[in-house]
Amino acid sequence: MIPASLIPLPIDPQVAARVDALELPFNRHGVDPYGIDKRELARLYTLIGWFYRRYFDVEVLGTGHVPPRGRAMLVGNHSGGVALDAVMVIASAFFELEPPRLAQGMVEKFIQKVPFLAWFTSRIGQLTGLPEHCVRLLEDERLLLVFPEGARGTAKLYRERDSLVGFGTGFVRLALQTSTPIVPFAFVGGGEAIPTVANLYRAGKLLGVPYLPVTPYVAPVPLPVSLKLVYGRPMMLQGSPSDSDEVIAGHVAAIKNRIASLLTQGRALREGRLSSTEIDFG
Amino acid sequence: MKVLVTGIAGAIGRLVATRLLDAGHEVIGIDRRPWYHPPDGIRVFQHDIRKRPAEDVFRTQLPEALIHMATVTHLTHRSEDRFRINLGGTQAVFDHCHTYGVKRAIFVGRHTYYGAGPDSALYHTESEPPMAVHTFPELSDLVAADLYAGSALWRYPEVDTAVLRICYTLGPLRQGTLASFLRGPRVPMVLGFDPLFQFVHELDAADAICTALGHRDGGNDGRGLRGVFNVAGPPPVPLSVMIRQAGRVAVPLPELAFNLLLGRFGLPRLPPGALEHVKHPVVIDSSAFHGATGWQAKHDEDTTLHDFRVATDAR
Repeated sequence: MIPASLIPLPIDPQVAARVDALELPFNRHGVDPYGIDKRELARLYTLIGWFYRRYFDVEVLGTGHVPPRGRAMLVGNHSGGVALDAVMVIASAFFELEPPRLAQGMVEKFIQKVPFLAWFTSRIGQLTGLPEHCVRLLEDERLLLVFPEGARGTAKLYRERDSLVGFGTGFVRLALQTSTPIVPFAFVGGGEAIPTVANLYRAGKLLGVPYLPVTPYVAPVPLPVSLKLVYGRPMMLQGSPSDSDEVIAGHVAAIKNRIASLLTQGRALREGRLSSTEIDFG
Repeated sequence: MKVLVTGIAGAIGRLVATRLLDAGHEVIGIDRRPWYHPPDGIRVFQHDIRKRPAEDVFRTQLPEALIHMATVTHLTHRSEDRFRINLGGTQAVFDHCHTYGVKRAIFVGRHTYYGAGPDSALYHTESEPPMAVHTFPELSDLVAADLYAGSALWRYPEVDTAVLRICYTLGPLRQGTLASFLRGPRVPMVLGFDPLFQFVHELDAADAICTALGHRDGGNDGRGLRGVFNVAGPPPVPLSVMIRQAGRVAVPLPELAFNLLLGRFGLPRLPPGALEHVKHPVVIDSSAFHGATGWQAKHDEDTTLHDFRVATDAR
């Protein structure tokens, strides 16, 4: 994750053409009002496009459920010791949708403290996960990527790879506040790509990150495995952002159940027990 | 309207005064610094705003409106003196507004009020607290002056007070925080960080101040602008783009070396608190000001940087 200005990564002309098709208000320097840089996007998508198309065996189902325009929140499970899931969701929104869309993640706060990561994430529209950013991007009709499990989600070990840990509730209140549809999704295979056997929390703290994932082959380098990404039918929540905790918890539980169902089906699909035509998108 | 401008001898102060004069206002000013040949029709009183002679200007001239720009922003200035001028001076002029029947008051503040940090949001709105107190302690007197000016809205409700938090100004005058930072041929960056910077052309800044002064609220008996407003120009650009467009060379320095090398090898001098402002963005949302007054900047980022570049290259 080195900025293009330091190590000029190649740009695939087809990717550059898709970046041009992104419906974002870039100025003549190729920068949008949030600091998203077309050049950096083209380099990023060229790089992750190779992983998305060649390195992993990625199958995406239900892309038709992601709105082609207008505000929406992609809400799903974390899978894999580093944010491999986010990278693949961002790739799928770019390579599968017409016109392509930039999925903007709500990033852990520590990222902005790390040199180069701070620079790079800012240039590709991955902003710090603050309610202010969330509301502003949605009101600007952007596509938001939310992992309600947070860093606890990426810390899942191999044996917990298809489980869901506790969900935050803030995203539901923000969706209600901005009348945003929620597109639930499940990501299966991240646990196999980065089979975490332990997380080193103290060593991570020394480096300024929440933890360091350790695999049987030590480094958290992803393996070229099969990955399944299933987008469910959009859910439009009814209610007020100031509803009681119980009401909000009900919405969260419904979304979590939908993701759990997609997750079970994605697992069955990955293991060949289910065909892609049999998926129930909710 | 009879308008008193404090800090009139400053770069933006002169622009504002001249523009007001052209618009047919009667302009008087107070400044510790001299303005040797002001245009005919502008009277400048060389006083310290905290002192009795400055109050005499209010008492004898009876201005109808005040534009308060007499705040010290140079961070190299002795801090005790800064504190007295910025806070004591602001208190004095607002008290005089109340005592001598001034109807409108504009406080010209800065967007750095919001501070910069890894966890601060892009596009600050006026309701947000001043994180600069924490991230950039050297700015705390300006933050206090801003909040104090805003308190005039309830302390002196008969004075229509507007607090403007203006982003960095830039242009041919080569004055101000950002112009100092970009002055030399080499501009330092913190390696691995490239924050967004937001700036407005000097002429647009002056225009925004005059627009705020001339605003009449049709829904409120034609009273003046009241409240706190962010004032921004064109959308922000990354620091690296700004440096390049200004015709300068960016020098990325590791954070440890950054503070050691500042002020040497032609690099600008910065106070320690400024580090966060070179690593992280301070970006404001000025839609409230646009909504209230309809004001919009006329110069885009390229024209603004071009004007600055031409003026500095000419030197």
